[in-house]
Amino acid sequence: MSSSLTGTGIGRGIAVGGVLRMPDPLPEPDDTASALTPDAEKERARASLAATAAIIRHRGERAGGSAKDVLEAQAFMAEDPTLIDDIGTRLDSGKTAERAVFEAFASFRDLLVSMGGYMGERATDLDDVSQRVVAHLRGVPAPGVPDPEHPFVLVARDLAPADTALLDLSKVLALVTSDGGPTSHTAILAREKSIVAVVGVTDALTLADGTEIVVDAATGTVTVAPSSEERTAAEAKAAEIKAARSSATGPGALADGTLVPLLANLGSADGAADALEKGAEGVGLFRTEFLFLDSSSAPTVEEQKAQYKRLLEAFAGKKVVVRALDAGADKPLSFLNDAPEENPALGLRGLRALRANEPILRDQLAALAAAEAETDADVWVMAPMVSTVEETRYFTALAREVGLKTAGVMVEVPSSALLADRILADADFASIGTNDLTQYTLAADRLLGSVASFQDPWHPAVLKLVGEVGKAGRATGKPVGICGEAAADPLLAVVLVGLGATTLSMSPSALADVRAELARFTLDEAQHFAELALSANSAVEARGAVTTAAASQ
Amino acid sequence: MAERTVELASKHGLHARPATLFTQTVAKSGLPVQISKNGKAVNAASILGVISLGIEHGDTVTLVSEAPDSDGLLDELATLLSTDLDAE
Repeated sequence: MSSSLTGTGIGRGIAVGGVLRMPDPLPEPDDTASALTPDAEKERARASLAATAAIIRHRGERAGGSAKDVLEAQAFMAEDPTLIDDIGTRLDSGKTAERAVFEAFASFRDLLVSMGGYMGERATDLDDVSQRVVAHLRGVPAPGVPDPEHPFVLVARDLAPADTALLDLSKVLALVTSDGGPTSHTAILAREKSIVAVVGVTDALTLADGTEIVVDAATGTVTVAPSSEERTAAEAKAAEIKAARSSATGPGALADGTLVPLLANLGSADGAADALEKGAEGVGLFRTEFLFLDSSSAPTVEEQKAQYKRLLEAFAGKKVVVRALDAGADKPLSFLNDAPEENPALGLRGLRALRANEPILRDQLAALAAAEAETDADVWVMAPMVSTVEETRYFTALAREVGLKTAGVMVEVPSSALLADRILADADFASIGTNDLTQYTLAADRLLGSVASFQDPWHPAVLKLVGEVGKAGRATGKPVGICGEAAADPLLAVVLVGLGATTLSMSPSALADVRAELARFTLDEAQHFAELALSANSAVEARGAVTTAAASQ
Repeated sequence: MAERTVELASKHGLHARPATLFTQTVAKSGLPVQISKNGKAVNAASILGVISLGIEHGDTVTLVSEAPDSDGLLDELATLLSTDLDAE
């Protein structure tokens, strides 16, 4: 007899497979005196460090590609002579190998964190290696992402970016998490990579390794130990979804032929070929931060121009929306703003930070204009986190001054959505960043797990603001794009079009599902769904009402 | 004892990829090399040690090896440091 658990489904996929639990992180080793001699402890530490380095290296060889470089660097950390000396000193003072390893890694971790930027991000690698060595010393399984040689359904509390970087997605049939909402890292990954996922399943951690389950994202249910009928039905549905996805090709359009161009969100020119292959009709959000990360100063106009040209050449004849450097609360750049702030999300960020460093913004726009002049792409430029009409005028005037003909703004702050008619009187277009718009509308930090339940773009308050921008777009005849996570949620994408969005931009892997979903409904139906969502009391009600209406169409 | 004094050319300092390249060259040679900045010396085969020196573009560093046959290695390392590895 099967039983079922429920949570929030991400996308519409369905999968059947065996459970594999993500091991819990190890507790911190106790700081008690060792019963062994320092030399004996040193031998234990040496053996476990060497074994861990060898295991990590083996995984790297199997993974290949960029994961191999990451893992190779981790193996070197486990063999690092300075670290080994540091562990030795701690062992001489009578500590256990577990404690000495833990402390030595932690002290280097703190050092990397204090250096910030790229090195700060490597701190999680040190934590990972530290946990692995301590697990080896204790003779327990290494924490972190399971890595079996067969496909599995991963069940976890929630996944951190460090976990998913090492996840072999080709073996993951589905993701089920006990924590996290529709905008958690797990949900974002699932949408980006088009993996079946149900998040926020309260009792997920009661699932034992090896249990067969059906994960149905469309209904948000996890069926435990399905009957053979249930398994067959799920497999048939999965095949049907796969067929629908591969038959949906060509430009994005609703069932009545209304065109909704589907664009790609890209973080560097490297993803261009993949985006085009998946049917992107252009780029709706080109993030330029990658040019600036790991630098203590901004790159030169020439360096930037070369990078922009690479991207624009790949999209010759197509639209490419470039976002000016966005130093966010979650991605600070020291040369833009290194003053500590109590509330960075409400601080000197986005266009505010650029304006305080106008030469950097001018250089970036000049590099973009120069790259456009030498290529055939249709370049649009937009400013991040614009909150006033005055800021809109400032940015568009500057962009036009350097020769960029299409200048717009990102609508991420409620004030911009509410005054969209006035903003669009000046800007050539608006692009709604739903992640930040949700964060600011519901006053819920998008990186804070404890308020994750507020971070839902289905919330009627967020949709109402999107509708304001849509209305202003129609009144002024200016395009309104969506470039946040919301556009990658197939059914929500239909609602956004109903609210007046004219283009949708997302991670390339989400394009097929969204394209298939748009083709199921007419503009009238999309507008009807939008009304249903707007009249709901909560995100859950809005999603429920539209899901029910869509199923009966 | 061999010694070289070099100015770091990599624009973004001796972090990340350039630091990995540097320390792995030392590790593969098997020879003992110390790298020092402002009088603080660390094992040049240690990525964590090298990173902890916080060597930035334009900083002067000194390479020292007590090994008798280390001249060739120090020349190779000096060339690495005086090349802008980020530009590659």
